[in-house]
Amino acid sequence: MPFLVLGIVTAAFVISHSTQGDPLVSILGDRQMDNPEIVAAAKARWGLDRSLTEQYFIYVGNLLTGDLGTSIRTKQPVSQDILTRLPATLELVCAAMLIGSGMGIVLGVLAARFRDRAFDHFSRLFALVGSSVPVFWSGLILLFVLSVKLNWIDGPGRLDSRTIPPESITGFLTIDSLLRSDLAMFGEALQHLALPAFVLGWAVTGIISRLVRASMLDVLSQDYILAARARGAREGRVFFHHALRNALIPTLTIIGFSFAYLITGAVLTETIFSWPGIGSYAVDAARNLDYPAIMGVTIVGGLAFLFTNLVTDVVYAVADPRISVQ
Amino acid sequence: MTMPLTVRKRFVRPAWLATPVIIGMVLVVAWILIALTIPLWSPYDPIASVGRRLMAPDAAHWFGTDALGRDVLTRTLWGSRFSLAISVIVIVSAVLIGCTLGAVAGYAGGIVDSIVMRLADITLSFPPILLAMAVTASLGPGLQNAAVAIVVVWWPVYARLMRAQVLSVKGKEHVEAAVAAGAPPLRVLTHHILPLSWSPILVNATMDIGQVVLLAASLSFIGLGASPPTPEWGQMISEGANRFYNWWIAMGPGLAILTIVLGFNFIGDGVRDWLDPRRA
Repeated sequence: MPFLVLGIVTAAFVISHSTQGDPLVSILGDRQMDNPEIVAAAKARWGLDRSLTEQYFIYVGNLLTGDLGTSIRTKQPVSQDILTRLPATLELVCAAMLIGSGMGIVLGVLAARFRDRAFDHFSRLFALVGSSVPVFWSGLILLFVLSVKLNWIDGPGRLDSRTIPPESITGFLTIDSLLRSDLAMFGEALQHLALPAFVLGWAVTGIISRLVRASMLDVLSQDYILAARARGAREGRVFFHHALRNALIPTLTIIGFSFAYLITGAVLTETIFSWPGIGSYAVDAARNLDYPAIMGVTIVGGLAFLFTNLVTDVVYAVADPRISVQ
Repeated sequence: MTMPLTVRKRFVRPAWLATPVIIGMVLVVAWILIALTIPLWSPYDPIASVGRRLMAPDAAHWFGTDALGRDVLTRTLWGSRFSLAISVIVIVSAVLIGCTLGAVAGYAGGIVDSIVMRLADITLSFPPILLAMAVTASLGPGLQNAAVAIVVVWWPVYARLMRAQVLSVKGKEHVEAAVAAGAPPLRVLTHHILPLSWSPILVNATMDIGQVVLLAASLSFIGLGASPPTPEWGQMISEGANRFYNWWIAMGPGLAILTIVLGFNFIGDGVRDWLDPRRA
């Protein structure tokens, strides 16, 4: 774990130092390169006139103090940009995770119950389409149909464009509005959240539902299920009380694993829905070749990914008494 | 009168050829045929303006025309050449690099093994799209650099697979016999270990092509891959997103990505079912 953190930082160092042959470009961008004063200041701050080893330690030191450089596009420190945009992404990813694992578990259980029947085939199709469809296209089409054609929902963004966003408490608009018992605001935030969260959640439904189905079938063929049935337990009880609980344990790992897909999806979903999170920040950065911002998001994304994997391992150990944390 | 007795051989469907696999193969083969033959029957010129701008789908232009009056259907069909070519090149490169490194790591063991596998661990600890974005941006945007970036992101998968395969074959008796007979290490690896190791990698690589199609299109959508006027699907959807109310511009390329990736996923899902040892 500490090794991987160092690895992420080192990889970031290597990438930013290979930027078009000149690491300065990755800190300043092409446009500011013409200004000798700025170039000299940046060289001193990142130690670019020193040896490569020294540069590496300065780079790591700057990262440790939370200095990810200054964004070329927003002119703000990248770390500050990321912090202000983090809650929007977390809210979207959490909602998508809830929707995705909810749909995945329900579909998986029902597919196992009605194995090789119509519902099983439908759930396979729904799941596979979800993991095959590019979110930047499904989001676009659903947004067009639901907001322009049917007028069921408002347009993109976290709130209506005329609404002034409230002062942040947790940064999660749904939770903040509930804390203030502002139900109108809650409804508005929820309505804006629903579609992007569905689009993103659908993308991970497939991997979860296929795994739940497989592990349900696996568990259902075991002796203790036969024993429960022999004792005359009702089918519903066998299914939910005896089988589901064991079948869900492997699902925990895959939910953690699906976080990688959610990040990928969030980058693209946020762009379509003008969601002011880290994903759309990364895309704007990439489009403008804003190197400090791109590297900052990459490092933070890598660390977040590591952290989720750690949490998954711990939850897994807690849920399954047969596994102990070393 | 006696009838000649004919015994007709009935085609027995092999177990791996389940219905999902057939659906997947039909989709994938259809796209491969389109990609190979489109220059022969292309309805219009994919780059030239061939009609009024922003026309909704009609009989002459089934998927409408885009902001420059180009036929969306034609461009979508031509797009398959880019997507399939890139994905196949990327997967082949990633397999070659990953398998070489994985095989050497597994066979040599020790410090070489540690270095290669730690590199793989680090690469896999980034969310793929972020690493691909960072690498593409640092190399400079463009279809080629995007392909290089995806190889950088993808090789560890095959390195891990290959290493595991080599480790499991390494201890077998025929390998020990070859070593005892004095075969040099490289020959042992290429003649006695690799022939037994490549099949799971081939299966995985085939199923991964769909994921690479998605990732490549995503990079182009962001603006780091293909640039206009290339008829690349991600790039076309990005043009469609800028013209939100002309929904048909994004419809063609979106359906194209969906069907081709769905094809590979159907194959993958069916093959996984078949390989599953718990299969009843």
